[in-house]
Amino acid sequence: MASNPPAHPFQSPPTAARRRERWIFALFGGATYCVILCGALVFGTIIGKGAGSVFQTRAPFINTTFLTAAPESLHVFEFEGRKREMGDQEYRAFVAQHPAAARVKSESYVYSAGGIFPCIVGTVLLVIGSMTIALTLGVSAAVYLNEYARDGTFIRFVRLAILNLAGVPSIVFGLFGFGMFVIFFGWNVSLLAGWFTLAFMVLPVVITASEESLKAVPRGFREGSLALGATKWQTIRKNVLPYALPGILTSSILGIARVAGETAPIMFTAAYVVRDKLPWEVERAVDFLFQGVMALPYHIYVVSSKIPQNEYTERVQYGSAFIFLLIVAVIASASILLRNQLRNRYKW
Amino acid sequence: MVTAAPTLMETRPAAPVLPPRPPAAAEPGPAAPASALAPAAETLIDIRQVDFFYGASQALHDVSLAIEHKKVTAFIGPSGCGKSTLLRCLNRMNDLIDGTRVARGTIRIRGVDIHQPDVDVIELRKRIGMVFQKSNPFPKSIYENITYGLRLQGVTNRARLDEVVEKSLRGAALWDEVKDRLDASGLGLSGGQQQRLCIARAIAVEPEVILMDEPCSALDPVATAKVEELIQELRSRYTIVIVTHNMQQAARCSDKTAFFYMGRLVEYADTRNIFTNPANPQTEAYVSGRFG
Ligand SMILES: Nc1ncnc2c1ncn2[C@@H]1O[C@H](COP(=O)(O)OP(=O)(O)OP(=O)(O)O)[C@@H](O)[C@H]1O
Ligand SMILES: [Mg+2]
Repeated sequence: MASNPPAHPFQSPPTAARRRERWIFALFGGATYCVILCGALVFGTIIGKGAGSVFQTRAPFINTTFLTAAPESLHVFEFEGRKREMGDQEYRAFVAQHPAAARVKSESYVYSAGGIFPCIVGTVLLVIGSMTIALTLGVSAAVYLNEYARDGTFIRFVRLAILNLAGVPSIVFGLFGFGMFVIFFGWNVSLLAGWFTLAFMVLPVVITASEESLKAVPRGFREGSLALGATKWQTIRKNVLPYALPGILTSSILGIARVAGETAPIMFTAAYVVRDKLPWEVERAVDFLFQGVMALPYHIYVVSSKIPQNEYTERVQYGSAFIFLLIVAVIASASILLRNQLRNRYKW
Repeated sequence: MVTAAPTLMETRPAAPVLPPRPPAAAEPGPAAPASALAPAAETLIDIRQVDFFYGASQALHDVSLAIEHKKVTAFIGPSGCGKSTLLRCLNRMNDLIDGTRVARGTIRIRGVDIHQPDVDVIELRKRIGMVFQKSNPFPKSIYENITYGLRLQGVTNRARLDEVVEKSLRGAALWDEVKDRLDASGLGLSGGQQQRLCIARAIAVEPEVILMDEPCSALDPVATAKVEELIQELRSRYTIVIVTHNMQQAARCSDKTAFFYMGRLVEYADTRNIFTNPANPQTEAYVSGRFG
């Protein structure tokens, strides 16, 4: 072997470094494909099993009941030799029509019929409210830290606190929100308590990201503005924040997914297992803030752990997860579109 | 509160009005600066014995110099000698950097100490415009760039803004090149045009003084020539202080030249004298290119 003269001078010599190169390449590549495979499995299962309860083969091809109705119990029974499945309301009507049906033994599964409309509404409300609060507080804090505050012990301490806050588990935020908003402030289990709890949870992400975006705005824009006789706030409002906004939005997209998906912070503060009324069915406008809502992640938790697993309940379990993914994707795409539009407006 | 010293506001002369464009003047060579024809000099900015510190490191040592009204004053000197530092002292841009201070000495503009407590730095900066080394048009339209300063002052009248935009762009010799695309981004202009846009933006608020920190250092010779021409046109209406590394530029554009070395003012005299007959051997060595 060694005696073979190389065919040309650029042939790869069989050194250890070349062999290692090949191994490392395979290892890193393998790790990447492993991640993709896991992702594909998760999404594939949810989409594969969940799409069935959202889409249908008959027109209009979307199962509107699932998207627009409230959850109901599912009744499964045999009547006149045929197996029947129906939601609670339908079952009552059926029994009223066929009194004999009342005597047939029926199995029932809670939440497995109807739809998940109240959960969708609740989740959207929670996301909008908490992101509004988190962005307002977070961007203000970032502006203060980055533009106004002079570096000192206190500021370093604040930064450390923010960093630590980012590491706090979400269940702790849930307990904090419960103690603070639900009990101490007396807001009870309410949208407002959920908003603040979720907002505090994503605040560190928003602050850190906003600061990064502010830092990325060139000094020259600030100096140019100040040299024209602008105050600091005028400079920030007209010549810094608009350019930082796309970056801030990019990072809040991550926040949206977290806010929409976390179960622990809302299960003591905002989420009801079941609620008949929709959020806008309130008597006074203020009641809107002080009502609990159903929320998708909590609903998923309930239907996947509190009711039996079988072919009848699977539909709502996977269907909810599928819709949840879809909602996060929609909200995130909307933010990405908005960001791109802002980015095209201000380029440097 | 009542002091004998006039405030900046009271002593402000009528806003400079743009006269029609003068016919192209004969190129004033270094030997014949315009100052030869000018009446007796009047001091606008009086810098006395200034020591300036960045934290613990001293950047200016005992600098005294009087900048004259409606003259072009050039600051020259090797890199790091403190030209920009002094320039940024004049509109207190150094306030923005933590830990900086004028430890000793005073800077008076029309007799008012700009560090005295009742001087509002915002008002000061409206009167003293600045053009930066790295041109910094805002990522907005040309129109918005020019009107930025006026909008800050609450001017919203569209007709007035239009008028100022045209006047400033003409003043910065940029009107003909951009008049058809005022709504295009200022960043879409060439480097030289961007710098002239920045000058137009500065003159739109009608300052008394324009500070220019190496305005041509990033420009090619043609763009540089345009900016220099512009300085020639602005000199009759504004007091201009220009930092430059380009000896010819200082010689061509300025009436007075200050040579700095290691944070000290070495020589300050008529430009003609600095370049033909410097009093100090260091100045001579620098302007003749033997060190620096
Ligand atoms: N922000 C700063 N912090 C600390 N020191 C600084 C700062 N800016 C400038 N200096 C120092 O002050 C001195 C003078 O700097 P300055 O920028 O005024 O020089 P310059 O004459 O403008 O140089 P150049 O021709 O390279 O622009 C230098 O020694 C520089 O290192
Ligand atoms: Mg400089």
